Amino acid sequence: MFGNKKKNAEVDYNEIPAHIRRRPYYIIAPGLIILIGIMIPFITAIVLSFTSYSFRMPKFKFVGLKNWIKMFTSDDFWHALVVTLKYGLGATAVEMLLGTGVALLLKKDTRYSRILKVLFTFPLMVAPAIAVLIWQLMTSNTVGVLEKVLNIFGVYNFPWAASHQTALFTALVIDAWVNTPFVLLLVLAGIQSLPKSPFEAAAVDGASGWFTFKTLTFPMLKPFMYIALLFRLMAALQEFGIIYALSKGGPGDTLMNISLTAYITGFTYQKLATALPYLLVLWFIVNKSAKFLVKRQRQLAKQAAGQ
Amino acid sequence: MKKKWMKRMISASVTAAMLVGSMSAAMVAQAEEEFDWRAYEGTTIEIQMVQHTASEAMVKKLEEFEELTGIHVEYSITPESSYFDKVSTSLASGSGSPDLFMSGAYQLWDYSAAGYVEDLSTYLNDPSMLMPDYDYDDFVQSAVDALKWSGVPGEPVGSGAQLGLPLAFEVYVMAYNTRAFEQVGVEVPKTIDELLEVSEKLQGWNGENSYGVAVRGARDWGTIHPAYMSWFAQFGAKDFVVEDDQLVSQVNSEEAVAMTEFFVDLVKRGGTPSWSKYTWYDCGVDLGTGNAAICIDADNNPVHQNWEGASEEAGNIAFAPMPKVTADCPQTSNYWTWSIAMNSASKNKGAAWYYIMYFTSKDYAKFATTEANVLDPCRTSVWESPEFEELMACQPGYIDAFNATIDNTTILFTPQPYFFETTTEWAATLQDIVAGEYDSVQEGLDTLKETMDEAVSDIDLSLY
Repeated sequence: MFGNKKKNAEVDYNEIPAHIRRRPYYIIAPGLIILIGIMIPFITAIVLSFTSYSFRMPKFKFVGLKNWIKMFTSDDFWHALVVTLKYGLGATAVEMLLGTGVALLLKKDTRYSRILKVLFTFPLMVAPAIAVLIWQLMTSNTVGVLEKVLNIFGVYNFPWAASHQTALFTALVIDAWVNTPFVLLLVLAGIQSLPKSPFEAAAVDGASGWFTFKTLTFPMLKPFMYIALLFRLMAALQEFGIIYALSKGGPGDTLMNISLTAYITGFTYQKLATALPYLLVLWFIVNKSAKFLVKRQRQLAKQAAGQ
Repeated sequence: MKKKWMKRMISASVTAAMLVGSMSAAMVAQAEEEFDWRAYEGTTIEIQMVQHTASEAMVKKLEEFEELTGIHVEYSITPESSYFDKVSTSLASGSGSPDLFMSGAYQLWDYSAAGYVEDLSTYLNDPSMLMPDYDYDDFVQSAVDALKWSGVPGEPVGSGAQLGLPLAFEVYVMAYNTRAFEQVGVEVPKTIDELLEVSEKLQGWNGENSYGVAVRGARDWGTIHPAYMSWFAQFGAKDFVVEDDQLVSQVNSEEAVAMTEFFVDLVKRGGTPSWSKYTWYDCGVDLGTGNAAICIDADNNPVHQNWEGASEEAGNIAFAPMPKVTADCPQTSNYWTWSIAMNSASKNKGAAWYYIMYFTSKDYAKFATTEANVLDPCRTSVWESPEFEELMACQPGYIDAFNATIDNTTILFTPQPYFFETTTEWAATLQDIVAGEYDSVQEGLDTLKETMDEAVSDIDLSLY
């Protein structure tokens, strides 16, 4: 009976098979799962920031804007914001300058530049916390190699991360050591992808090195530099590992940026709901910075392509 | 006749004594036989451990424990810097995982206030759950007392729930380099005034970067609890007092200011310029490498630098009690103990208790100390054993310094559930004071008092 029905049914040759109809859902499924994985904790964080949630208490209640008001009226927050911006902008500026400078020096393909390119990538392979351990040993006043070098110049017991005056400098040096190779690699890749003809034309016209750099190399490299800038700025604004391993935010509150303040409040002090507004403000800053840089990078890429 | 009667009496007494002796031996043997080590066979338990000699020693004996009990143990070892964050989040999940965790007494104040810690008295008072030769009274009294607390903020430790059982503990003493003292020609300081003078003389004793005295200075609670808190109490200062059902900080009292002024003076005159990043590890290593001449820290810390071949200065390190505020004041010291505690949400409490019992037993304590360097032993029987005396013979003054200190040793902090917040802020302020960020010590401690009062402001003692 069933077989007869099928036999008698009209075949619709325009009908799209189910497995093809479902294909878009299969394609977006991984993205959707990741999005859900990101959105659930994000939305939970927003909701919990209006509660008294703490690892210390099994129960919690809604407290309205209390945590947000407490944060915005706290000196610790404004101090943390200043440290975050100082560190984020300082580390990014140093790494961009050094990375671009060294990439330009290595653009000629010689045996030495090939060896140096490999050597410069080594710090990228070291985890930031391990890099800090290496630097802690190097900067140790008692056994550190840098102390011994400074001793030659008559400088003894340079305080490095132990002093309010030099702690930020020390953290930036370590950050630059770890992350400058990332900028270097991106800019080098950019240099190698530049068209040769404009440079040959400039050479034929007798343009100076500075003029060529100013009018050709730099404008054409800008889109690549913006990608490096985007990644480095986002990471430096959120930096946690280097500072925590170096001094736990000390001495005093010298290096207490937003990430560290939130972590110590949330985990060490077990006041998660108090810490969440800090992290949400940090997300807002990073998100807005990234949006601005992406927009600018697209404009520059269009300009470089002559559009 | 009298002689005959005497002979009968003596033989009767001897027979009775032998009978009693053999009966009690038989009873103990029977009780041991009756204790069922396999009661939880087939159970799997999970323990979180910190990276420490105490955890390394337990790992060495895990196989033996598993064979004896049939209980399978899964463990994780985490460095101390992030260990308690991991434990806090695990306990807060309420999942019952881990069943057991290593902890100090201070952390147990936080965890027990939230109801995350099982009271071990239940098991200690149940003869069916206690191995016959466990001998609770053999524990160093202060070690088990440090792990008892009523749960009422402000009430001292020593009574209430048994929140953990000790694996090892430490008191605070002075370790010094005998070579440095001979070279500079100074005597072992007995008071803090002498310490200031001696540590200043020892600056640069072994080259430009060497210095007098190593004390902790990093931005965490670890800076406050050893030397600083011990002297703080000797000066007569207190961290908190109870006023109108509230905890009120006293860190800016006259005594606290005087003590902090001395401490700042010590760091500046006799310490290292890198003091603010010094943890227990740095203090111990600097003594071992010959950079620090004195280390005031846990008594077990310099021991590991002084075993033969362990460091450059091994063999030159000796121990003495901490210099006191005045020659006639008591040898007060703060206290730290590593212990095992049970998660109150554990679904395998019987098996978890067996683990605690085995790894805090007398036999295990002896193994841990004499074969795995776990110090200080928390069992009196280990302290009194000839093996321990022999082991510590190469650590001159260690046992004497301990004996001079232990009677006045207890936890000197006021128990309260915001310990980490208050002591981390304390360490950060101390760093600022040493760096001259405040006009005076009084100003720094006034600011700290406000921060500490705010941290504990939601504790209402009338609700307890």
